[in-house]
Amino acid sequence: MSILVDSDTRLMVQGITGREGSFHTHQMLEYGTRVVAGVTPGKGGERVDGVPVYNTVKEAVRDTGANTSVVFVPAKFAPDAIYEATDAGIKLIVCITEGIPTLDMVKVCYYVKMKGSRLIGPNCAGVISPGKSKVGIMPASIYKEGRLGIVSRSGTLTYEVVYNLTRANFGQSTCVSIGGDPVIGSSFIDILELFEKDPQTEAVVLIGEIGGTDEEEAAKFIRSKMKKPVVALVAGKTAPPGKRMGHAGAIISGGEGSAQQKIKTFQKFSIPVAESPLQVVDLVRSILSGGS
Amino acid sequence: MRVYEFQAHRIFSQKGIPSPPGEVAETPQEVKQIAEKLGKPVAVKAQVLVGGRGKAGGIKLAPTPEKAQQVAQQILSSPLKGVPVKRVLVQEALSIKEEYYLGITIDRAQKKVVVMVSPSGGVDIEEVARSTPEKIFKIHVDPLLGFKSYQANELALALSKDKNLVKGITRILFSLYHIFVEMDCSLVEINPLVVTEENSLFALDAKIIFDDNALWRHPEVSSLRDIDAEDPLEVRAKEAELSYVRLKGNIGCIVNGAGLAMATMDLVKHYGAEPANFLDVGGGASSEKVGRALDIVLSDERVEAVLVNIFGGITRCDIVAEGLVQVISGKNMDLPLVVRLAGTNEEEGRKKLESIKRVFLATTMDEAAKKVVEVVKG
Repeated sequence: MSILVDSDTRLMVQGITGREGSFHTHQMLEYGTRVVAGVTPGKGGERVDGVPVYNTVKEAVRDTGANTSVVFVPAKFAPDAIYEATDAGIKLIVCITEGIPTLDMVKVCYYVKMKGSRLIGPNCAGVISPGKSKVGIMPASIYKEGRLGIVSRSGTLTYEVVYNLTRANFGQSTCVSIGGDPVIGSSFIDILELFEKDPQTEAVVLIGEIGGTDEEEAAKFIRSKMKKPVVALVAGKTAPPGKRMGHAGAIISGGEGSAQQKIKTFQKFSIPVAESPLQVVDLVRSILSGGS
Repeated sequence: MRVYEFQAHRIFSQKGIPSPPGEVAETPQEVKQIAEKLGKPVAVKAQVLVGGRGKAGGIKLAPTPEKAQQVAQQILSSPLKGVPVKRVLVQEALSIKEEYYLGITIDRAQKKVVVMVSPSGGVDIEEVARSTPEKIFKIHVDPLLGFKSYQANELALALSKDKNLVKGITRILFSLYHIFVEMDCSLVEINPLVVTEENSLFALDAKIIFDDNALWRHPEVSSLRDIDAEDPLEVRAKEAELSYVRLKGNIGCIVNGAGLAMATMDLVKHYGAEPANFLDVGGGASSEKVGRALDIVLSDERVEAVLVNIFGGITRCDIVAEGLVQVISGKNMDLPLVVRLAGTNEEEGRKKLESIKRVFLATTMDEAAKKVVEVVKG
């Protein structure tokens, strides 16, 4: 098993003819992901790396049976692309695009949920189930199939953690990057719930950062609803209040969202918190016996 | 993006939210003239983009124009919380009966717009939320329906039973909501909204924060930006499309990715030093961009050593190294540079840096952070 994406994933790339879209389509195909269709309005009939391009999502789904979408469309048009995928009945939409206005995302998240679809992101690195399918922009070579679930708000910090884990022979079931924006489709809890039910996943690494209270909610959930062990890492202990640390969502405001507060909450619920990406490995080792 | 109180008042009044009569001034002389014109006791308020202005002495009352000139002199001549004060807002001082709080923001957990009111306005609202949460009334707005009349009415009734005031508050709540959604805000706030002895409502303070991600569709908002008030290095970084925040330490940091950048800073602190900045070069950075990043970090005179931490995915380590080499060879750099490169083309990257004096190569992030702290502490 694994969660969200696997060898049954039939992927559609929205914005496939753009610079990012075409580059990552190539990378995903190389990894073995079944990329079955691309969509760029006005470019229907073309091919990118052999993948047929359609003018609309509806056509792409009808002809190829795509069941998952990854969105590379620029921020101005990304909300529309997500609506289109939702209305075409796509159940999993992964939005890589960065810089979408928050109020647009408020509507998008609400609509996607109402229609029974699931959104990951925006402003995320995507989802990978090592050895099965990669839907996103992460460097595939650092991953290895195994029994750790990983859920994170950031991209490169996750790579750092995964790199260390793989070198220590701890493979991963699925790694989910949920995104660094204030309003995102899936929160930590949504993903933790899936990991708890997934037979391949034996433990979870949660990588959080400053901003919001998603980590605190996750801590309560882990304590009350999960049997599988979880290890946490929280970035931003040195971040001052009121300054946005890169990610739109990474800001301490109104006495809410500091790393210290999040770490304290994890500790209160006896969830081990790593001091550094490297220390995650030690904590994982102490809860699991040996390699993958 | 934050704007000044006087700018927020202007936006409020365009939407029919009443503010006390007043004007902006840059000199004590102007303050005196405005006070004379108003013909009433005034409040002189420092216009700065930092919170907690009142407590820091940035707001003073003056019964006469002469006194107003005098307090303006004080406020304009000394920095407030480290920020120079260039302007003051001079407003008629009102006789206040009640002080309310009105605010609209995004509830991240609920993923909805939340409209909040409290009868305990005028003070630190976070403190009210902590100590007496029952005094904060909240309504979440349905993203498709929008803010409804009955919701505004419910909130207004939580503040007052006076029919006229309820009507006035309802109207103000709607105006605030329209500003929030039409201008893509992340916060609009009136603290306090006052009821005067004459039973009139006025927004005594005005605060608006705009969503940076939506500025492209609001050129009128972007034009309110006061570049002079921003840190010059942060302005340069923004022009170079780098995400940079200046802090107070002496270890310059250059990292790819916001999360990794924060984790790197945390590690510097963990090993006993303080980061001088947050800097994310972004994904797939060119050598020119890396060069500009190093230039900006080196322009901060507090920086005594630089830590570069790159985890190459779409970012190529050899290109990063090239960017660093261009800057190092271009100037006589005598500061130590600790570089950790991992991922795509790390070997090629390391080779480019190996033979350079004052450059220390590290294999792990921990080793790099430890090393940079060591070279600074000697």
